[in-house]
Amino acid sequence: VTMQLEPGAELPALSVTPDRYLTLRYAGASGDFNPIHVDEEFARAVGLPGRILHGLYGMALVARAVTEAGGGPAALAKLGVQFRGMGLPHQEITVTGSVTEVGEKHATLHLEARQGENAIIRDGVAELRR
Amino acid sequence: MGLSAEAVGTTYPPHRYAVGREKIREYALAVGETEPLHLDLDAARAAGYTDLVAPPMFAVVYCAPAIGPAIFDPAVGIDFARMVHGAQEFVWGPLVVAGDEIETTVTVTSIEEKRDLGVFVFESVSRNQDGHAVCVGTWTNIVRGT
Repeated sequence: VTMQLEPGAELPALSVTPDRYLTLRYAGASGDFNPIHVDEEFARAVGLPGRILHGLYGMALVARAVTEAGGGPAALAKLGVQFRGMGLPHQEITVTGSVTEVGEKHATLHLEARQGENAIIRDGVAELRR
Repeated sequence: MGLSAEAVGTTYPPHRYAVGREKIREYALAVGETEPLHLDLDAARAAGYTDLVAPPMFAVVYCAPAIGPAIFDPAVGIDFARMVHGAQEFVWGPLVVAGDEIETTVTVTSIEEKRDLGVFVFESVSRNQDGHAVCVGTWTNIVRGT
């Protein structure tokens, strides 16, 4: 564990800038080939600025930020998120969060992921096993 | 919007997914994992696991073939052109490692109209070969009205 699990403690921020092929690698890894994520022309044709990131990729970054700082994969008991703004390649994603509650068995963290002003993941709540 | 809640309660046939070592590695690399338990077989074994450990969010991989038929069920009535993934929750049990066989069962838990949005909620329950629940997922899809 690299962070103190006490109320108010901040999660070390995780920043990642997805490159132009990220959505293709994630599509292959996850099996989600929705064309809005992999086909630039299709994405523009349906009114998007271009291929958008998979929401669950953003959630995976939130999970990684928590497990890296909070005791590894076995520590993560629960993660819930709301997907909001569209995530785009070539823009830095930053995951931030803090501990809001510490109980006997679990610590609760509140989290979000942003690209600049655009919150792509909001209302993230994680429970870590202590 | 004319949504029908008739499909609520429908449970789809379980799907069994065999977890592969290289699939774990592929997924872990795609999401930028650096944790050796997901990437380095020796490290995973040294930590007491039989094989590479799947990142918790690997749940999307073994759940996907089970979730698909539920979301695409005409009786559920999702209009894909207007659908977005609204929210997601996972609750995890024991870690999944390469070699596990994960059986996932999906149920339609609610279909509701909120303002001009259709809100479709599905639950997935994934168990390993020993019968332990490794992941329970709540998948919320939102369909915008016309």
